[in-house]
Amino acid sequence: MTTTTPMGHGRMLRKEDRRFVRGRGRYVDDLQLPGMLHLAVLRSPVAHARIVSIDTLAAEAHPKVKAVVTGAMLAERGLAWMPTLSGDRQAVLATDKVRFQGQEVAFVVAEDRYSARDALELIDVEYDLLEPVVDVRRALDPDAALIRDDVPGKTDNHCFDWETGDAAAAEAVFARAEVVVRQELVFPRVHPAPMETCGAVADYDRIEEKLTLWSTTQAPHAHRTLLSMFAGIPEHRIRVVSPDIGGGFGNKVPVYPGYVHAIVGSIMTGRPVKWTEDRTENLVASGFARDYVMQGEIAATREGRILAVRSHVLADHGAFNGTAAPRKFPGGFFGVFTGSYDIEAAYCSMTAVHTNKAPGGVAYACSFRIAEAVYLVERLVDMLAAELDRDPVSLRMQNFIRPDQFPYTSRTGWVYDSGDYPRAMELALQIAGYDELRAEQAERRARGAGEPLMGIGVSFFTEAVGAGPRKDMDMLGLGMADGCELRVHPTGSAVVRISVQTQGQGHETTFAQLIAEELGLHPDDVDVVHGDTDSTPYGLGTYGSRSTPVSGAAAVLAARRVRDKAQLIAAGMLEVAPDDLEWSTAQGGGRFDVRGVPGSGVTIQEVAMRAHGAGDLPDGVEGGLDAQISYNPDNLTYPFGAYICVVDIDPGTAVVTVRRFIAVDDCGTRINEMIVEGQIHGGLTDGIGMALMEFIGFDEHGNCLGGSLMDYLIPTALEVPDWETGTTVTPAPDHPIGAKGVGESATVGSPPAVVNAVIDALAPYGVRHADMPLTPSRVWEAMQGRAAPPF
Amino acid sequence: MTVNGEVVTRDVEARLLLVHFLRDELGLTGTHWGCDTSNCGTCVVLYDDEPVKSCTVLAVMAGGHDVRTVESLEWEGQLDPVQQGFMECHGLQCGFCTSGMLMSARALLDRDPDPSEATIREAISGQICRCTGYASIVRSVRWAAEHPAGGVG
Repeated sequence: MTTTTPMGHGRMLRKEDRRFVRGRGRYVDDLQLPGMLHLAVLRSPVAHARIVSIDTLAAEAHPKVKAVVTGAMLAERGLAWMPTLSGDRQAVLATDKVRFQGQEVAFVVAEDRYSARDALELIDVEYDLLEPVVDVRRALDPDAALIRDDVPGKTDNHCFDWETGDAAAAEAVFARAEVVVRQELVFPRVHPAPMETCGAVADYDRIEEKLTLWSTTQAPHAHRTLLSMFAGIPEHRIRVVSPDIGGGFGNKVPVYPGYVHAIVGSIMTGRPVKWTEDRTENLVASGFARDYVMQGEIAATREGRILAVRSHVLADHGAFNGTAAPRKFPGGFFGVFTGSYDIEAAYCSMTAVHTNKAPGGVAYACSFRIAEAVYLVERLVDMLAAELDRDPVSLRMQNFIRPDQFPYTSRTGWVYDSGDYPRAMELALQIAGYDELRAEQAERRARGAGEPLMGIGVSFFTEAVGAGPRKDMDMLGLGMADGCELRVHPTGSAVVRISVQTQGQGHETTFAQLIAEELGLHPDDVDVVHGDTDSTPYGLGTYGSRSTPVSGAAAVLAARRVRDKAQLIAAGMLEVAPDDLEWSTAQGGGRFDVRGVPGSGVTIQEVAMRAHGAGDLPDGVEGGLDAQISYNPDNLTYPFGAYICVVDIDPGTAVVTVRRFIAVDDCGTRINEMIVEGQIHGGLTDGIGMALMEFIGFDEHGNCLGGSLMDYLIPTALEVPDWETGTTVTPAPDHPIGAKGVGESATVGSPPAVVNAVIDALAPYGVRHADMPLTPSRVWEAMQGRAAPPF
Repeated sequence: MTVNGEVVTRDVEARLLLVHFLRDELGLTGTHWGCDTSNCGTCVVLYDDEPVKSCTVLAVMAGGHDVRTVESLEWEGQLDPVQQGFMECHGLQCGFCTSGMLMSARALLDRDPDPSEATIREAISGQICRCTGYASIVRSVRWAAEHPAGGVG
């Protein structure tokens, strides 16, 4: 039925597609358990208010309702508040106040979906309205309302301060620099909006005292640990199952109150309970992304040598700090804001604040805030190019970290593992036909009125993915390692169990390919088990482009451990020393032969049978052919890429059309070219979405203005071009097969390319900068000289 | 109503959406529920051979009509060319929008067996995919157009 590359690395069709194209995926909401009840959540209609009273009597009297639960009831059980991944706390159900529109106030468990919703209408909540804090720039004003009065001693809306780099060194460089460009850059709040919303089915077995939770989680093991610590259920009695996930993009990393509601509902009723949020709930209340106001500065010589980059960031973290980032990195990996350039000094200070908005922050394929960092530096470099009247490509080429400088330690302390930036940029220029594009642009501008405004935007990004080294990185004390367990059966087929979880990235295929390549098996003879904490080894899950860098390395090293053992067994079978054997896969399968005598030896399948069989094994070698590993990376991996976007703007309507998008990505060794390309295509679409249309805005009352897909606009097939991609390969030196993460590269790298293209198109209008989203109205305002930030 | 060729008779609430009827009453979970506002298209089914968003149809309205879901595409063990095309051309990642995309693609090819890229993009423009960036979906539908009898086994 399908054609496959017979072995290992290559364009192999995906194993998981067989069920998806038949409509046989197994998503959380597809689950139907005997006696299952349905849960719906009552949410706050306002952004900031004291709860005066909640009357649930009418809801409880509904004939199909089994339970109605309020914050007060949870408080009696010590479950009203739960920890967030950032060490803050978040209300499971509001007890004292509501702090953002859409916050969870009560929940109903009923016999069916619709009855649960009906009963929400019967709950009467009296709110005493408070002044909402909506404007991030005024959150720390002395007269701003206090949001977090639940925290003892708290007197303002300050969340945290953070800094990186050398302030004095940066100041010295800026003081003497010939050219300095400054700009406020707003990266507005956006939302990952996976096609599948969040949900869970909780089934608490009172006899076994065991909880099974099917949930839309990108990190099932981490969720198990958190739920155990918070709910007091012993961890070995919690099984978290993350079945097929309909897209994650970071939205499904946090533990949401709804998961806890389902658990409490099941414990109370003794029956399985399903919770599935609707689209509005997903957009209004679950993990958002970005929301940074960045004051950016870049210093350079008149000859275009970039000397320093500096920024101050005002970060809106919403009502609770629900961001998911390693503990020592409250600003995520924003520290890589020096980008791909070899500079003398850098400094960033960050002030994070609370507002009356939904919690979140690290999501939407941002690689822990690298999306924000790349946007900052790539806009600044383009503005510097405009200031110096330089071509944005040549300015970048002049300042790139050179290939001979790797490993390169940045001014903020990041050790870039490998790279060849000029090569990637040159390939992008070649695919784009850059000189011809510039000539066309000049010609169109010369023709003048009535012509579409043509813009060419360039961006170059370096990512830092694959968190992360135990010495630096943990989440709530959990090291960011990943496990792998590999079993080779007597007949030579294998099962590999991994701690990461696919949300569409194709793990069932690529991990089979990894094992197949290492053991000389056919990928069809390797099955991948993932997403079930009872049957997979511990690890922190799939986000931050970490599956291939961390878990992929674990799988390769487990396979190599198996192969080392197989070599000992093969040596025994052939009665030679292990060192006299050589491994090959040249005959279409893995085998050990006596060195220099092809065909003399045994296949991996024969070794597997011996490992489990009755024959003698060498002294000290146990039976079986299995391996287990927990992999802790030494460093992150640093994928990079060069992107070029071509836009046309209708001068009469200010509508931006993306005509072409060229993306050259270097993610080191590629396991499955087809899957890598797919990851890049999706990210480029994200970038066009963020740059041109996606926006979670708020009115002055704190009402979310992006609460449905009619208001929160996502690109369709009509808003994106066919993608033109290119590849360079610079292997990662610290990864066993040289692979780097790629899942977020395009999401991170593409927004500045689109914005740079739009600004380039508007150059004849004297436009220096305009903030995202570059909707027709915002572009029109910029053309009229009235560009203003979105908030 | 007729669902995937079988006559189905049920007493349901007047407000029950077709998408929930298919999923919760009939267990046909290949049709997904994504937005409630007819924007996302994960719930597209064929309704008398025309693609509709099943969250905009009440189950009772479908009485007497012919409904086909993704589960009907495979016929006597043979995948529909659109199913094969999506596998061949990586037209899906997480799989959540896939059922709706497949049904729209099937309806398109039934009325236009040789659609251009622009026609394909127009046909799926009422549906959202967050993973693929659409180019591979377009290629998948073209693959199906070029292989009307399916693949090489």
